[in-house]
Amino acid sequence: MARRSLPEINAGSMADIAFLLLIFFLVATTMEVDGGISRKLPQKQPPQDIKIKEKNVLQISINRNDRLLVEGKQIINDVKEIKQIAIDFIDNGGGVGNNDVGACDYCKGNKDPNSSDHPNKAIISLKSDRGTSYGAFIAVHDVLGQAYMELRNRVCKERYGVSFESLLKQQKSDKSDKLKEKIKKIKALYPEIISEVEPTGN
Amino acid sequence: MSKFKKQKKGLPAISTASLPDIVFMLLFFFMVSTTMRETELKIKTPKLPKAHYTKKLEHKNLISTIYIGKSLNASNKGDVIQLNDKTARVSDVKGFIFANRQKLQEDEIPFMTTLFKVDIDSKVGTLADCKKELRDIDALKITYAATPTKE
Repeated sequence: MARRSLPEINAGSMADIAFLLLIFFLVATTMEVDGGISRKLPQKQPPQDIKIKEKNVLQISINRNDRLLVEGKQIINDVKEIKQIAIDFIDNGGGVGNNDVGACDYCKGNKDPNSSDHPNKAIISLKSDRGTSYGAFIAVHDVLGQAYMELRNRVCKERYGVSFESLLKQQKSDKSDKLKEKIKKIKALYPEIISEVEPTGN
Repeated sequence: MSKFKKQKKGLPAISTASLPDIVFMLLFFFMVSTTMRETELKIKTPKLPKAHYTKKLEHKNLISTIYIGKSLNASNKGDVIQLNDKTARVSDVKGFIFANRQKLQEDEIPFMTTLFKVDIDSKVGTLADCKKELRDIDALKITYAATPTKE
């Protein structure tokens, strides 16, 4: 009896099977990577009462109609205006060296004695109402982030010749300690100090 | 010349032999570059706000996500919280974070982040309640989910 050779397997349906799998993965998976604005909540009990000079605090309030108020008196119509106000406040550098942080030698602000002493001391306090919409709340956070980024970009260009943003982009490919050190240093020059006051209303 | 008489007319069929290879390639691309959807939303899919500078969250297992948004049931006007697969109350937040902590090594716990996926139209009040719960149990790192704006 002649040896029968094995019949060839028909691979015509292979494509169909693969398509089926492909469609399953298209439906069941997502591509997005989560991202957002990082903030740190304050400790539950502050270690002790720390005296903060009023001039070192920039108070921004949002009411339940999403209207903005800065320092309790200045009404803001457009969120974007806050960026310049925040930059002026953080970068003021009014300290003259008799306090513990000393004068800010990289600040380019007006050195107004009634505004913040040093970027390390400048606190932005964000007060919202329970009825404030989340969109408006995040818009303020976003604008504050932009203000800090602009200041960091400026000081980074002065020191290293490149913007802070491009340093952050480099970090994706370059994991060296030197780059990390640079980023840390710039962040320390203009630290993000944003405090969220517990909302009012009910 | 019978040799040339029976010539076929018309175009030859296109070979589909390489089709499975192409599809498999696509399949592998999607398998590698995407991640599984973990949770099914019990609230209306939150419309995230936009922000200029967002930070990417790399380590999936260190993230606990809290969703806040409108209920699927239109008669319920208030904001609803969703943890894992269920809608929940503010008092459930602590338990949710503790459960997530249990899955991790002890030295990883300080790096845990709570990601808030909040609908752009919901109110800050519910969010504030959640934040208060988080402060109580020292889960201080939070991120407000936002989509980056295209320049």
